Amino acid sequence: MSLTLTEHEQAMLEGEQGPAVALSMRIITELGRIRGATELVDIDSVHIDGCIFYGQAGLDFAQKLVALGGQVRVPTTVNVGSVDLIHPHLILQNTERERWVAQGGRDLMQAYVDLGCRQTWTCAPYQMDSRPEVGRHIAWAESNAIVFANSVIGARTDRYGDFVDIAAAITGKAPRGGLHLDSERQGDVVLDCTSLSPETLALDVTYPVLGYLAGAIAGTTNPVFVGLPSDVSEDALKAVGAAAASSGGVALFHVVGRTPEAPTLEAALGSHVDAPVHHITAQRLNAARQELSTAREDKLDAVSLGTPHASVDEIAETYAAVVGGPPLADGVAFYISTGRSVFAEAERRGLVQPLEEWGVTFVLDTCTYVTSILRPGTRTVMTNSGKWAHYAPGNMGVDVVLATLDECVQSATTGVVTWNRELFT
Amino acid sequence: MTSGGASGAVLKLDEPVSFWGGIGPEGDIIDVHHPQHGAVVTGRILVMRSGRGSSSGTYVLAELLRLGIAPAGIVLTEPDGIIATGALVAAELYDTAMPIVTVSEADYQRIEDGVGMAITMDEDVAILTLAG
Repeated sequence: MSLTLTEHEQAMLEGEQGPAVALSMRIITELGRIRGATELVDIDSVHIDGCIFYGQAGLDFAQKLVALGGQVRVPTTVNVGSVDLIHPHLILQNTERERWVAQGGRDLMQAYVDLGCRQTWTCAPYQMDSRPEVGRHIAWAESNAIVFANSVIGARTDRYGDFVDIAAAITGKAPRGGLHLDSERQGDVVLDCTSLSPETLALDVTYPVLGYLAGAIAGTTNPVFVGLPSDVSEDALKAVGAAAASSGGVALFHVVGRTPEAPTLEAALGSHVDAPVHHITAQRLNAARQELSTAREDKLDAVSLGTPHASVDEIAETYAAVVGGPPLADGVAFYISTGRSVFAEAERRGLVQPLEEWGVTFVLDTCTYVTSILRPGTRTVMTNSGKWAHYAPGNMGVDVVLATLDECVQSATTGVVTWNRELFT
Repeated sequence: MTSGGASGAVLKLDEPVSFWGGIGPEGDIIDVHHPQHGAVVTGRILVMRSGRGSSSGTYVLAELLRLGIAPAGIVLTEPDGIIATGALVAAELYDTAMPIVTVSEADYQRIEDGVGMAITMDEDVAILTLAG
């Protein structure tokens, strides 16, 4: 079966709606052929990942679309960029490369604004006012946003990335393949968490570690969790997805009794009744956390929270953990990355100023692991994010400890890395 | 998959590499966990079983093509959307031509690291010629 276009889509491809639409259609149809799609699907929204600067090619592409008159035709949000447009001084510009990224990053972000994107600059568009609806087709890029939309919201997106994302926004189309299809959304492997203690299931750091294990076990297939609390928070599920998409390529998971396509194990598995079962024990969780925690030194340089971008609840939890307690130790930086809309809500609730007075640096529009924010000489960082712990050692050359919020805060007040290696029971 | 001919020495990878986070600005494999860490992909016929990793690999591949330090061609056993769209966008922007070919597992097994390979295109069919 080959890809069949409607008359309308064929006309778009042939340039009837201008050269930007035609170029975008060439990209969408090429991807459709490669993924074996037989038709395109109309999409409700797009989340763009191509706005992080990795060199001139991405800027040339976005500016070419602008020059050709390109405009998005569905609501389109943008991921973090390489620059904090609100706090530009946070981005280091000490080296030629840092200056190149800062300027190119700013120009790239402007090009996506010119194409009609909303200036959201967040990796967590699902924490904003308007969300996709269950069962609707969308074309989202950025692995944590993809897995959240599919798993927690129940909208349908395949794995889209740089260039395809804006092409989908300009055409309003995506190939009907991959996770747009019912058959691709069934669970493939069961992760049985029933042996974990209630205390472990109540800890924040349990969830990024679970996600990290899930990605290692499931790879690019769909894991199904059994035995998690039915009221597990969206922040916990966000952490599961982000870590699973980092250690593996998970784009959809199910939590039986919690996520929309998993009222029962049978419903989550569909025809995959013989899916293999893995038992997730406290021992495996402790081992996985130790594997992710590369730090060899006791001296703490920084804490980084908010990967993916912190929610208002997470900022409120940090507020509760630090305000009124001991001060931040000298020489320790404490970052919270978040999006503009969440930051504005946190300000309305009076959370921001006391946190800043305590010593928190809020990073907006970007993230501490994609651009130069950490001070030179930073060696050891604590984080509550499995994704940050996975990528930062390679990206930023730092060592990490993946920890609970309480461990991060306690260590930040003493300046000494303190964590319980056998935390899970 | 994609048109254009190429020739070069085969770089056959023991496991797939992600362009994002896996290939550095000098065209070398920078993923420290990769068994061929340090190998340079520039000008080689890159042979690997599949694509891998972050979808920002499209952007990185397009940038490598812009800089003229990309592989001469890529041979896979299954089609990969990240690699294909990166090559397509570079072709649109810079008129580059890097053939991407999908081969059977049996043909994949026959390709040895280091041998010379020429990729020629006849209509939609790719012809791979191995030297010495």
